[in-house]
Order: sequence, then structure tokens, then C-alpha cells
Amino acid sequence: MEGANKCILNHVRRHCGTLIVNAGFPRTVMAVTQGTALKTLDVNLSRVFAGGCGKASLSSCSPKVCIVGSGPAGFYTAQHLIKARQDVEVDIYERLPVPFGLVRFGVAPDHPEVKNVINTFTQTAKHSRCSFYGNVNVGKNVSITELQQAYHAVVLSYGAEGNRSMGVPGEDLAGVYSAKDFVGWYNGLPSCRELSPDLSCETAVILGQGNVALDVARILLSPIDILKKTDITQPTLEALAESQVRRVLIVGRRGPIQIACTIKELREMVNLPDTRPDMVAADFDGVKEALKDLPRPRKRLTELMLKTALEVPGEKEQERRSKASRTWGFRFFRSPVEVLAEPGHSRIAGIRLAINKLEGSGDGAQAVLTGEVEDVPCGLVVSSIGYKSLPIDPSVPFDSRKAIVPNTMGRVKQAAGLYCSGWLKTGPTGVIATTMNNSFDTARSILEDMDSGTLDMSAAKPGSQSISALLEKRGVKPVTFSDWEKIDNVEMKRGESRGKPREKLLTVEEMLHVAWT
Amino acid sequence: MALVTTLRRLVQNSLREYSRKASAVTWPTKQRSFSIGTQPLRSDNKVTVNFINRDGEKITVKGLPGDSLLDVVINEDLDFDGFGACEGTLACSTCHLIFDEEMYKKLGPITDEEMDMLDLAYGLTDTSRLGCQICLTKSLEGMVARVPESVADIRQTKDGSS
Repeated sequence: MEGANKCILNHVRRHCGTLIVNAGFPRTVMAVTQGTALKTLDVNLSRVFAGGCGKASLSSCSPKVCIVGSGPAGFYTAQHLIKARQDVEVDIYERLPVPFGLVRFGVAPDHPEVKNVINTFTQTAKHSRCSFYGNVNVGKNVSITELQQAYHAVVLSYGAEGNRSMGVPGEDLAGVYSAKDFVGWYNGLPSCRELSPDLSCETAVILGQGNVALDVARILLSPIDILKKTDITQPTLEALAESQVRRVLIVGRRGPIQIACTIKELREMVNLPDTRPDMVAADFDGVKEALKDLPRPRKRLTELMLKTALEVPGEKEQERRSKASRTWGFRFFRSPVEVLAEPGHSRIAGIRLAINKLEGSGDGAQAVLTGEVEDVPCGLVVSSIGYKSLPIDPSVPFDSRKAIVPNTMGRVKQAAGLYCSGWLKTGPTGVIATTMNNSFDTARSILEDMDSGTLDMSAAKPGSQSISALLEKRGVKPVTFSDWEKIDNVEMKRGESRGKPREKLLTVEEMLHVAWT
Repeated sequence: MALVTTLRRLVQNSLREYSRKASAVTWPTKQRSFSIGTQPLRSDNKVTVNFINRDGEKITVKGLPGDSLLDVVINEDLDFDGFGACEGTLACSTCHLIFDEEMYKKLGPITDEEMDMLDLAYGLTDTSRLGCQICLTKSLEGMVARVPESVADIRQTKDGSS
């Protein structure tokens, strides 16, 4: 029996989480995994006794799920699945060598606390039943169909990498950027490295008044002393140090009561050192009267705006404002109709805005053209009117009007075994916590389908074994989570000498070099 | 075959024990694990806190004066899905808790910063607070805090695309 016992021991050691040797039975072992133990021991013991020690694979019984995208949606979906069932194995595929999606590339550098969720994601990634495969382009290196063959369920969580366009003439002029690209630039997204926005103008106009628009405004106007202690990229810091931008207008189609940003971000603008607010009092006509009917969150936000725009400041605040070298302000009831070029040049000289009036009130109020327009001279336009998801693979249904994958509770319509979570599922709005809930809901749908038999779990699936073989054949080498940790350590070390939490690597080549050295 | 039966029995017994513990495990973010108050560690110093979870079940635990309610949830490994995502840094509203009127009045003043984040909580009430900002004192002994339905922030713009 000696040989067989040793074999079991080795096998269990290799594949199971914890190993406890029971003193009462000197040569037997208790393998305490998270639920797989009984089944797999059963299976493998019979193989052991049947024909000696073989390389018994564990692929026979455990449900295997593949997640495409390693941002909050991917990680929260994985977390919920792994926690709910002790036999589920989850593989997360990511196109870049680095994980975490918009937590790394979207959240503003001066909002480090928002990035704390990375700690939770790291715990998930390091769980024995979770594996991370970076540097894998799903849709190019491997198809969705191939993933579906290898896994019991495939979850699409790849978010929204495109952006809504304004659809106006002059949008392609030099000096006009989408907020997605601008944010990608200051956050070190490799594809935005060459953006090099021209900051030699005095006035910048941002279209859109959501939190992303306020992030862009704040980064353009923050004192360098504050930014240089964040994980903002070095090239951005250098560009901002030379920036001539002194005035930022944040423009919205509708009125103050419809503004999409939230109070925390507004308060940050109001309190931004060395800046003063510059609003148009007439934009706020009738707003004070409407206050009493507003729910508390909207009321507080509107009150702060009113105070900032209309109230005569006290002596101290008056002094602070008079010394400020930079201004920011909201402009309401304006929609872009054309970006104007300098005559004979292809550089932007200004933007033509249509003047709107509101029909209706509250959330449902509509902006209606009045026929009047107004030209605003400026040298930088950032369009912050929404991100947009793109189709990944022709075999996946895609609603191009809503720019989402059509689904019901995360189950992709007319596609068995295919699910979606995050912005791809509901559209590109909401903060991390919203995505968390959204992802938990998709995970619940998957678990329901596993329990009910809607998801066919009868046949074993090879999971990452077959996908890794495919990738190797195609010359694609995945980046593991420990490879990412090497990148992480290099970034943090580089940041240390500069007083920053990290100095991000800015190219895929550099990331891969560090990962694989 | 005796080996198989023995193993099966052993594994079954230990699995029952392990899975009971495992299902109670969250992914506690141990960044803010123990925060010990200034008092000595005597058990008569502890404050009893009752949580009502989303299934309506009452969970009674103890914490130390100075611990925040988020600390208590983490230290006691309470399994509230998604609770405390930002680890107590006032960057989300997932530690949203609801109190009865009387207890709410005892909770002390609320800052603008807390209210800014609380305003975004799903199911906001007049007696809502963020758990990471409530610190235990003896006067809060026996408090009841209800974990509301969902942890979603409401920062979604209705742009008609969803």
C-alpha cells in the first residue's frame, strides 16, 4: 500500500489547497480543499487502484468559467462565483499585461482611496481557484467560440473602450480630444501615450458635466505641487508644468438642476487651491425656488452650486479669489454645433455653441434649440459625453444603437453559456460600487443556471489547459499574476524615489520586459 | 477498499467543519483590521453591536470602543456582500447602515464629507449613516444597525442608453 499512499499524498499535495495528516491513521491523508476533495479523491483513487499512479487530471468535475476583462466587473464577477461555490474555477483574460482596467486607467490620480478596491481584487486573483492571464487579446489571439469550447461559461466584462462622438464638423481638428483619451493619457494607458495635447492656450472647453468632466478640469487646474505626489504619469506632469491653460469652462446642454456630476467632485473644484469660480448668474434663474421640492442629494448639490455662483463671499474668501490665478466655471444650456478652425489652419480657434432652453423640469427636462448660437474662443476642447462599448467578436450579439451586448440579467440573448457584466451589460455609467452590484447579479444568474441545469455541466471542460496550448501554438505568451506583481513592484520602487505611490510603465514592451525578466 | 472508506469518512467529517467556516469567510480587506481603542483589553469594556443582515437575520457581535462599525464587520468576518469597498476612506457608500431614530441621535455629528458620500447610497433614509464613520462608545451599547438592500451607489447618469 506504500506506493499507492505516497501517490495519493503527492497527487493531493499538487492539486489541493491544504493537507492534513491524521495521526490516527498514519498512512492516510485528509485533503481539505474547498469542496473538491471528496469528488476528486473518489475519482483519482479509483484510477490509482486500477492502474498505478497516473497523472490524474482534476478537470473532470469542477465547473470552469472564463472571464474576459480584468477590471472591476471581471473581478467582482469572479469573486462572487468563487465565494458561492467551492468547486468553481475562474480564469480571467486581459488584453494588457496589467490588470484592473479603469481602476488603474480611469480613476483620477488624486483619488487614490477609490483605488483601494485593488486590494480586494488582488486577493481574488491570488485565490487558488482563480488565474489571471494578461497579454491575451480575446477576439484576436483566441476567439469567443474557442473559449466557449474550453469553458462551461464565458463572461464578457471588457467594458467600454470607445467613446461617443459629438458628431459635429471640426471634431477631428488638432486640439479636440475625447475625455476617454485625455484621461487615458494622464493615467498612462499605453494606447494614449502619444496624445501630447497642446496646453499652450488660455481657455479649455469641456463638453459634458459628469464626474469625468470634472476630473479633467481638476487635473488641468490643480497646482503641480499636489499632482506631483500622485501616480499621474511623468510626461503629463511635465506637460502640465508648462501648461498655459488658465480658464476651464465645463459646458452642459441643460440646466443646473440636471447637472450629472456629484457633490464630492463639485466640492473639490470649489476648494481647489489658487482657483476661483466664474459662473453666469442668469443660468441660475428659478433654481432657488425649485430647491424645496428636490430630494436631499440633489438639493445639497444644487445648494452648493448656488452658493458658489451667487453668494457674495466673505472677506477671507474674497481675498483668496482675488489672488487666484486660474478660473473654472459651468456654462449651461449650450450644445456644440461646430468646432471652429483658425482661418487657413487646421488648429482649433474656438467652438460654436447652440443656445438651448428647457422643456419640462427635473430629470426628464429636455434641451430644445432656440436658434441662437454663441462662439467661444478656446485652444483645447475635451468632449466628455460618454464612453462606448465596442463589439469584440462577430459571434457575439451586439446592440449597436445602445452599444451594449443584449442581455437579460447578464445572460447574453440567443447565446447559451455566454454572459456579460459591468458596463458592457448596462452601458458606461456608474461608479465601481454600481459595477460591483451589476457583476454580483450576473454571477447569480450563472450560479442559478448551474444549479438548474440550464448550463450543461455534465461534460468536463479542459479550461486553461487547452487555451494555453492554443496560445502557445500562436506565439502568445500570457502574463501571470506574479508577473504583474513584478511590474507592480518596479512601478512602486520607481515612484518611491519621486515621492509618488508609483511611476507607471508606459508601454506594453516595457511591461512585458519586466514581467518576463 | 478499507482505505477508501476511511478516507471518505475522514474527508466528509472535516469538510463539514471546513465548509461551515469557509462559507462565513468574506474577502476581508485586512488593511484596516485591528484598531484598538485606548482602553485596556478587558471584556467588560466591549460594546455589543447587533447587525440585521439583508436576509433579516440578527447577528450579535462585540467591538472595542474606538472601533468603527466597518472595523467590527471586518474583525468579526461578517459576510455582507461588497461592504466597505473603499476600506473606510469616504470614497464610496457601500458601508451604508440604517439605525432607529433614538440610536441615530446618539451617533454624533455628521461631516459634510460623510454626507456627500452618503447622499449617493441606495435606499437612503433620514437615519442612515456610513459605518466607517461611526465609532463605538459605551453609550452605544446594544445598538442595532440594519444593512440595507443593496450596495449600489446611485451615481448613474440616465443618458437614455440603458
